[in-house]
Amino acid sequence: MTRLFSAKDVSVKFGGLQALDSLSLDINEGTITGLIGPNGSGKTTFFNAVTGLCNLSGGQVSIDGKEIGGLPARQIYQFGVTRTFQRSRLCLSLSVFDNIVIGRQNSLDLGIFSNLIRRRQFNQSVRENYERVHGLLRAFSEPLAQRIFDPLHRLNMIDRRRIEVCRALIAEPRLLLLDEPSAGMTPDETREFMGDILNVRKHNPRMSIIIIEHEMDIMQRVAEHCVVLNYGRKVAEGTFEAVVADPWVQEAYLGAS
Amino acid sequence: MNPLRVVSSVAIIAFAVVWTIVVLAAEEQWQVGAALAVAAVAIVAVSRMKAGAELASLLTDSGSWVVWTIPVAVVAIAVAIHEDHFQLMMLASVLIYGLACIGLTIQFGYAGVINFAGAAFFGVGGYTAAVMGSTGVPSLLILLAGGFMAALIGSIIILPVLRTQGHYAALITIAFGLLFRSFLEVNPALGGPQGLKVEGASVAGHSLLNGITFGSFEASFYLNYVLLALAAFTLFFLLARNLEKSWIGLNLDAVREDTVGASVFGINVAGWRIFAFVVGNFLIGVAGALFAMMQNFIAPSNFTFSDSLLMLSIIVLGGIGNLWAVLPAAILVVVFPEKLQGIGEYRILVFAILVVLFLRFRLAGLFPRAIRQFRREVGQ
Repeated sequence: MTRLFSAKDVSVKFGGLQALDSLSLDINEGTITGLIGPNGSGKTTFFNAVTGLCNLSGGQVSIDGKEIGGLPARQIYQFGVTRTFQRSRLCLSLSVFDNIVIGRQNSLDLGIFSNLIRRRQFNQSVRENYERVHGLLRAFSEPLAQRIFDPLHRLNMIDRRRIEVCRALIAEPRLLLLDEPSAGMTPDETREFMGDILNVRKHNPRMSIIIIEHEMDIMQRVAEHCVVLNYGRKVAEGTFEAVVADPWVQEAYLGAS
Repeated sequence: MNPLRVVSSVAIIAFAVVWTIVVLAAEEQWQVGAALAVAAVAIVAVSRMKAGAELASLLTDSGSWVVWTIPVAVVAIAVAIHEDHFQLMMLASVLIYGLACIGLTIQFGYAGVINFAGAAFFGVGGYTAAVMGSTGVPSLLILLAGGFMAALIGSIIILPVLRTQGHYAALITIAFGLLFRSFLEVNPALGGPQGLKVEGASVAGHSLLNGITFGSFEASFYLNYVLLALAAFTLFFLLARNLEKSWIGLNLDAVREDTVGASVFGINVAGWRIFAFVVGNFLIGVAGALFAMMQNFIAPSNFTFSDSLLMLSIIVLGGIGNLWAVLPAAILVVVFPEKLQGIGEYRILVFAILVVLFLRFRLAGLFPRAIRQFRREVGQ
């Protein structure tokens, strides 16, 4: 297996708080890694550090051996890293289509002439992008695909989560970071949603995923490899079964005495 | 083409044309008041009727013929009042402020970059026209030069604006506006507080000071300025409309709505803010140059902070981000204060109350911006 992503001794400090403490993590192509840990253990901070939203106080992050630590967020996107947010960050005043097509930033022609004057060519690119967005949405939810031009503020929370995942997927990322994608969903909805994500992965088998999730049965189902964080440190790593069997993990996270 | 849609839309636009002619010609205070009341009732009625929805869907459709009703409507109004200097000047002012407000819409409505120095950039354009007027450079080039100067100075101001957030960025633009006026007042080369004379425009060798005549039709020379302002407004309106409905417009919206989300998806947040600010100031500068040529005279007192607020209030009252709202709102803000001279300085108070009421109860404005749609492009 090819190594895709590597974090080495990554540290993040917020004032006096050590949010991440020398965290190291390697990810191979085409794998799903679960991040487990209690609230405040640094899971989301790790995503923020990888996507360039917070400064590293130490360590290296690399994709394909190329260092991306310390780059601004918009450059890290160019390396094929996309994500979803714990509390969704979508544009409420825009349509579903607009929100998702933003993910294709790299393929959109942003020339002034081609956007303002050559409208025939622009309309052609709208149609091409519509086909892609519509196709991806249909894989998640047929009714949602029919509402592709509805304003986002009319959609419920679950559809918004789907849209956020679609925005991240349409970029054809090499590394997808999912931050509690199932928050607020019923177990049935969660099961369906994770199934949809795994289906999309079949079309893009080289994509790797890191997922933060509190639902342990989801972790068990999707994560091939689990990493447990506590106070910004890695406390355990391995298969889901191995990790939950770890007495330290049972005490720190699962609450068993 | 849907006949109901065409008929109802044309009817609404025709009504707006007649209403505007009546407002421009109104002399008694009760007539002005009645016109305001009629407008309020009409806006509420149309927005609840099917005809209003039909027109709205036409307006959001970028490929439709409805854009061309703007020049047709304005020419119709101008012909109806072709003998009256003052009314034509008001109409030209509406178009010129409308052009400046397209610039503000690109800045604030799309990219979310607030500009409290609109009047200062308007003034940069005006002073450029004043200084270049005697050099023999063609007027149309001077208009562009006014735009370029405003864009150039704007691209310096944007640097500290980018380094600050929210209210602080707004304060920088306020500071620039105040600084600009002081700079003019203490600078004798630019006429100091007395201001400068500005050469009138001439197009293709014809001075715009000569009114159009043919047969028994003798128009005021201000009709020429209406037509020139109309040409500039229509051109930039079309471009701004295409901009809104393009990948660039989408990027600007994303930057305004959520800078963090935008940057994670590779969007160049600072770059698009600079783009919007510079392009917007270009339009404001062109408008300022045209205004100066029409007035033949400019002074620092034309470009105060309250003039900047007046420009912003046009886009706030109309509907932030809605290009179609710019002209109706400009009529409200530019024409009515002139027409309500009878109540003296209370008109400013009335106007202020109106703005406060809108900010409190209808933040989206008289005509809220419609969501961007690509239905037609994908054949739905």
